[in-house]
Amino acid sequence: MSTAITKVGKAAKLSPDAKRKAWVARSLILPALIFGIVLTQIPFLTTIGYSLFTWNLMYPDDIHFAGIDNFVNVFTMGELVPSIFATVLITTAAVVLSLLLGLFFAILLDRKFFGQGIARTLMITPFLVMPAAASLIWKYSMFDTNIGILNWLNSVFGLPVISWSTDLPLLTVIIVLTWQYTPFMMLILLAGLQSQSREVLEAASVDGSGIFRTFQWITLPHLRQYIEIATLLGTIMLLQVFDPIAIMTKGTGDTKTLAYLLYERAFIGLDVGEAAAYGVVTVILTMITATIALRTVFKVFMAGGAR
Amino acid sequence: MLFSKKVNAAGAIVATSALVLGAVGLGTTAANAATTITVATVNNGNMKDMESLKGEFEKANPGITVKFQVLEEGDLRAKVTTDIATGGGAYDVITIGAYEVPMWGADKKLVDLTADLADPAYDVKDILPPVRAALSVKGKQYAVPFYGESSILMYNKDILKAKGITMPNKPTWQQVADIAKKVKTSKTAGICMRGKPGWGDLFAPLTTVVQTFGGSWYDMKWNAQVNAKPFVEAVTFYKNLLDTAGEKDPVSYSFNECLTSLKEKKSAMWVDASVAASMLEAKDSPVAGHMGYVHAPVYKTKESGWLWSWNLAVPASTKQKDAAVKFVKWATSKEYHQLVGKTLGWASVPPGARTSTYSIPEYKKAASAFAKITLEVMSSVNPKQPGLNPQPWTGIQFVAIPEFQDVGNKVAQLVADALAGRKTVKAALDAGQKIAQAAGNKHK
Repeated sequence: MSTAITKVGKAAKLSPDAKRKAWVARSLILPALIFGIVLTQIPFLTTIGYSLFTWNLMYPDDIHFAGIDNFVNVFTMGELVPSIFATVLITTAAVVLSLLLGLFFAILLDRKFFGQGIARTLMITPFLVMPAAASLIWKYSMFDTNIGILNWLNSVFGLPVISWSTDLPLLTVIIVLTWQYTPFMMLILLAGLQSQSREVLEAASVDGSGIFRTFQWITLPHLRQYIEIATLLGTIMLLQVFDPIAIMTKGTGDTKTLAYLLYERAFIGLDVGEAAAYGVVTVILTMITATIALRTVFKVFMAGGAR
Repeated sequence: MLFSKKVNAAGAIVATSALVLGAVGLGTTAANAATTITVATVNNGNMKDMESLKGEFEKANPGITVKFQVLEEGDLRAKVTTDIATGGGAYDVITIGAYEVPMWGADKKLVDLTADLADPAYDVKDILPPVRAALSVKGKQYAVPFYGESSILMYNKDILKAKGITMPNKPTWQQVADIAKKVKTSKTAGICMRGKPGWGDLFAPLTTVVQTFGGSWYDMKWNAQVNAKPFVEAVTFYKNLLDTAGEKDPVSYSFNECLTSLKEKKSAMWVDASVAASMLEAKDSPVAGHMGYVHAPVYKTKESGWLWSWNLAVPASTKQKDAAVKFVKWATSKEYHQLVGKTLGWASVPPGARTSTYSIPEYKKAASAFAKITLEVMSSVNPKQPGLNPQPWTGIQFVAIPEFQDVGNKVAQLVADALAGRKTVKAALDAGQKIAQAAGNKHK
């Protein structure tokens, strides 16, 4: 009751001029707001709508309301859980590996040497290559059993030829992703390293701290928030991985990620209803993950100084 | 019901928004010409030739303008399927595979061409009989082949000769497996076979192997036969063949990869689409003139080549039916073959569509290495019953039901696991049986 009164009181205090200004401001923002809502919410609502229908493009005359049939299929066909598992495994492995390698290269680059600029640019290149192109390059010039560099190296050392996509599909995908995302991690960590206070490092060295001790007790704690952000952003991007799977392994050997599964349902199964149901489930799972992840981000930003 | 129609319409709008944009462009040109027809086709060499020759058609038929949309195979399939499913009417002539024709024909999504093709000048009987059978439903023909292919065994004559081996004209799979083991070295695979998981990749050749081993995807009552003995035997044979003498990384290999491997002399033999022969004999191919071509290997059947054709059809949703039919007839006529031969070279004539093509002297000369075998195999395969037992659909290396893309794809992934040794063949096919049966139940 009392709050309502104070609100009314406040509104009454506004001069007509200010009121008009507020409305102008609101109406100016309105088109963008409507556009935003239309652009983001309509497709999502449509997807929810489709997920409630039996609709296979191959049966154009048989489209009917199906209730939750599609969702029952999603959970009983036995493809969802292995796919979540594959997504988590690939994402985790690629994020951890590229983070470690990224840290290593960032430390190497964090010093003055001749040609530093060129070295840095070259190191970033893998991240600038389109994912599909990167996968094709790896498929033919690295993993190929006849002309691939990796198998050529094996033959030089007298090791057996490895059938990467057939026998080690999971590792194949992880290697390509690690190659692509190492530069991204490196960039963030390099920024972290370069923002380190030189005085603190100097003080440490004056106090007789060796390279490893300095790294462990000063550099690493300083890098913590950068590592957290790199992990978070890397995870968000890698969760949607599709290209190396479509190009190299075709979802065999535990590499069928959610993105690829969704593609298969929609473009090979041509099942609009079921694909939409998978999409809805994926969005819900992502929202849960993102909520947890975003909280972590805010913690990083807000409590960053305190740690 | 009303609601479902509304959703249907909404779906049509969303799914074909790109096509609508295309149609807007079409509308502006339609104002200038009396009739404009839009042709959707796949970006293969023979189809691009058709696009380059469309001026001849327009000259002969004043008032008709032809617009081409040339697309990647996957994109074409997705767009055309959506257009057909929603009755969008964006295309007047579509290029579709032998897999879609019987299904869409039976659904009346395509214009029945039987009466139009009866025209004696067109000579419909000249079309290769197995291809025509594959494109007809209950005596009505719904599409015309633009070009067709079967599968044959291609081998490097030099490699076999060095080992003193002669290849019979109709080899059995056992003979081929023995030869593959003999000619295999640490640098050269004995045979290259598709292993990339996919209904149109791995399962194109593998289904023909299954059929010649006496197996099938379904029996006459749509009971899945995927874990039945002959199917398991065939897949086990395929796996052993790849393990002992095949290329090293089968999951990475499909048509293009095997073609490269043969060209680079990294493989001695290859069973695949007959159209590959023209690529192996092309001027820039290092193995041109060194290749031999024989029938696809068999076991229990007489012939085991597959049958595929890219066909022109007219969607029932077209508003320019007469002009569209005229174009379809022109692009598949004897005159068109002459036109291609004279303007673009005789090796570019679309193969596997008309019997008379194989008696054109210039074509015979240009395609001497593979013309005879292609015609021989293509006229002897039987799309109505390719295996030992009768089957309830028409088609060789696929099952003509809408679910097959999906079923073939899923089972191919399971077989890929078996090829890599992550599963046994039996376990993979037991899982495949369930998938195939679920689809078969819808057709009982």
